[in-house]
Amino acid sequence: MSEFRSVTLDNGLQVVAEVDNRGYSAAIGYFVRAGARDENDSQSGLSHFLEHMMFKGTATRSAADVNRELDELGGQSNAYTSEEQTVYYAAVLPKYQRRMVDLLSDMMRPRLDADEFATERGVILEEIAKYEDQPPFGAFERVMECCYGPRGLGRRVLGTTESITNMHVDTMRDYFSARYRPENMVLAASGNVDFDDLVEQAGEATAAWNDLPMPAEFASDNKDVLPEGVELNPRLSVPDATQAYRVTLSGGPSMAASDRYAMRLLASIIGDDGGSRLFWDLIDTGRAEIATLWPQEYSDTGALFSYLVCTPDQMDSNIRLMNEAIDLVVRDGVKQDELDQVINKTVAGVIMASERPSQRLFGLGSHWLCCREYLSTDELLDAYRRVDVAAIGDAARNYLCCEPTEVIASASDEPSLTT
Amino acid sequence: MLSTATPPVKTRKLANGMTVVWQQMPWLRTAAYTMWMPGGVSAEIMSVSSDFDPISRCGLASLTVEMVQRGAGPYNSRQLVAAEDNLGIDSNGSSSTSITGFSAAMPADSLVPAIGLLADLVRRPHLPIDQFDDAKMMLRQEMLANQDEPTQRLMRRLRERQYGVALGRSGVASPQSLETLTMDDVREFYTEHYHAGQSILSLAGNFDDAQVNDAIDAAFGDSKSGSWDGLPTPDPIDGHEHIELPSSQTHIGFAYDNIPYGHPEYFVMRAGIGILSDGMSSRLFDRVREKHGLCYSVFANTHSVPASTNREGKPIPAAGAVFGYAGTTPQRAQQTLDLTLHEIKHLCDDLEESELERWKVRIQSSLIMEQESANSRAGSLASDQFQLGRVMPTEELESIIEAITLEQIKTYYQSHTPESFRIVTIGPEPLAGGVLFDDSTNHAEGDNHE
Repeated sequence: MSEFRSVTLDNGLQVVAEVDNRGYSAAIGYFVRAGARDENDSQSGLSHFLEHMMFKGTATRSAADVNRELDELGGQSNAYTSEEQTVYYAAVLPKYQRRMVDLLSDMMRPRLDADEFATERGVILEEIAKYEDQPPFGAFERVMECCYGPRGLGRRVLGTTESITNMHVDTMRDYFSARYRPENMVLAASGNVDFDDLVEQAGEATAAWNDLPMPAEFASDNKDVLPEGVELNPRLSVPDATQAYRVTLSGGPSMAASDRYAMRLLASIIGDDGGSRLFWDLIDTGRAEIATLWPQEYSDTGALFSYLVCTPDQMDSNIRLMNEAIDLVVRDGVKQDELDQVINKTVAGVIMASERPSQRLFGLGSHWLCCREYLSTDELLDAYRRVDVAAIGDAARNYLCCEPTEVIASASDEPSLTT
Repeated sequence: MLSTATPPVKTRKLANGMTVVWQQMPWLRTAAYTMWMPGGVSAEIMSVSSDFDPISRCGLASLTVEMVQRGAGPYNSRQLVAAEDNLGIDSNGSSSTSITGFSAAMPADSLVPAIGLLADLVRRPHLPIDQFDDAKMMLRQEMLANQDEPTQRLMRRLRERQYGVALGRSGVASPQSLETLTMDDVREFYTEHYHAGQSILSLAGNFDDAQVNDAIDAAFGDSKSGSWDGLPTPDPIDGHEHIELPSSQTHIGFAYDNIPYGHPEYFVMRAGIGILSDGMSSRLFDRVREKHGLCYSVFANTHSVPASTNREGKPIPAAGAVFGYAGTTPQRAQQTLDLTLHEIKHLCDDLEESELERWKVRIQSSLIMEQESANSRAGSLASDQFQLGRVMPTEELESIIEAITLEQIKTYYQSHTPESFRIVTIGPEPLAGGVLFDDSTNHAEGDNHE
């Protein structure tokens, strides 16, 4: 059985682990409360840019050293940035735990060298360009901007070409000093982990982390002006697109809300990518390439996304079918056997995912950073199994009745927006 | 060496030609299977009368997979999905160049019923004609989606040029095939290629050996046999091609001939590709992305197709290639291509022991971590069995990797420096084939095809 352990170090850093010594690997990660929603206009894209710069050298390691040592420890290591957090993680053989903790902890105090910053700016601009070429051509970012406004949760994680081009390394250094403080961070581990050693080593490696100077308070944004490079037009024109892409966004449960399990199951019943109501109505019939619905939980709020991809001429009729499927659930609820089926499927998915320590790590670290709460696999399974048709009905009435924000990306002005 | 000894891989062959290969992983709560039947996308055009335009059969293998899943045995398509969901079976069907495959991962207890459901799919599909148009519409959606993905378009076209239009054939439908494919084509394809002859069923995870093998005998023991007409031989299209698109990036794909999996020098060659492209300290990542900031994605990887025997009994040798990609904004695209090809051609100039050591640790780690996933283990078992005709035990693979020396890699690449590349680009402007390409016998400039 796995065992949950947690400790708060003297400097405020939280160390948590789900230890299961039967595992073949150990997953280790730093979870940092630094995401797009923490940025102001002049910092737009910095959480993500900074994530790249954390691999670019420390006081004692060059950029090449960092990459080389990550590879020397085998396994898989990477990082990602979201609206609310930046995560650095690695899955390694247990014998490399100490070396990986040493390396990751050192990376959390980066050099932020000006020349490396200038070179990496090119990589970030390439990353932005790469996503511009891929479906749905910025429609997810645009729907967030339209729904939440261009700031806060609506701020683009990658920033804009303009914000990155104009970014100064000192702005990054200040942002780093404000966000990468021990009280904003969690060191999480899962799998075959030596927890006592982890705590001891982390205590030594991070002892001086509070010495970071606190920068002056960041300027607040002029809400009357749109950040550079941002548009709020819900129509995205993509001249060469063959398909049309529609994204909608409305409210959903937050990361701590008790109805989040019901919402996840409800979304799965309506819009999972196989066997859901939308699947049978739109995908199985070949009417659409993608027709799906999923909740996204944030620390203080939640979102419900829908995504529809089809030929432009079928968009209007598909939107009608999609809305009908949603209305039907609001009106009539779901049947017990339908709920049982989705619970069985979800529970099996959780069990399968739980076998990889690296997959357990993300849930553990994010949830602790956000809510200071631990959920074991068994508790998670129970939470799904407890959901009944009444809870699904409540979730449907609470979250599916409002008018969502809608964005369509396509070659022409057809189809028209429904709102 | 592995930290824990793994249970042995076991193999047996049914009278109808199906090879069953399995490995128990008693520490897991899950199990998985992979079933491969030879004759995938390439079978759309093998042994078909030459009156057929190959384009008119594009997507037939995918269409058959799709139709097979629309009801089988006692289940209609919805009941089939419900049965799988209720057992927690996450399944998948697809076709690739040389096989049609069905795979699934699930909680351990579901494996025996899952084998029964698999037999329903493969042996007793309804192929309901009233759903044929819907299935074709699905294929059409996939074809249109492919148009909007420049990287996928690029790599499909590159594969076609590297292996030729037969072996490099894409599994995506064409506007023409969507007009011409009929339900009879699907039935015929199903009858010809869904059989036990030369098929592979691999299983990994936590299960009872005897119980699972009994279930396999019951499900497939009396399955019909059949033959496989083998794979087409490579027939590359040399030169470069540019596809114009007003995209933000220029997408660059390159390919060159390589030795296939199973070749005595395969792992020495693969170690070189690892040094070139595996990991954040690899040559391409470090020297193209990190040092120059030229791109976000750059990589090279190996690909192999197995040896086969054609209808006349003539052996068709295995084939291999290296495929690579870099995506970058147009003004930096030429420099990116030149630098990437430079690194490939000069791999053996400055090889270091530490590069090889890192690659070895990477492989060892991934072999050990594969023990955490029944699904990936089942996939590896099937792949080895198909490509090599046997499963290489993890311990054997480890000792081969361990024994590779830097000198071997240097010697190999000195005599196998890639001399000519097939290049496809998608973007606003065509590129010259790379400075290095100019040195070779092929001339680069203006060599962009339609």
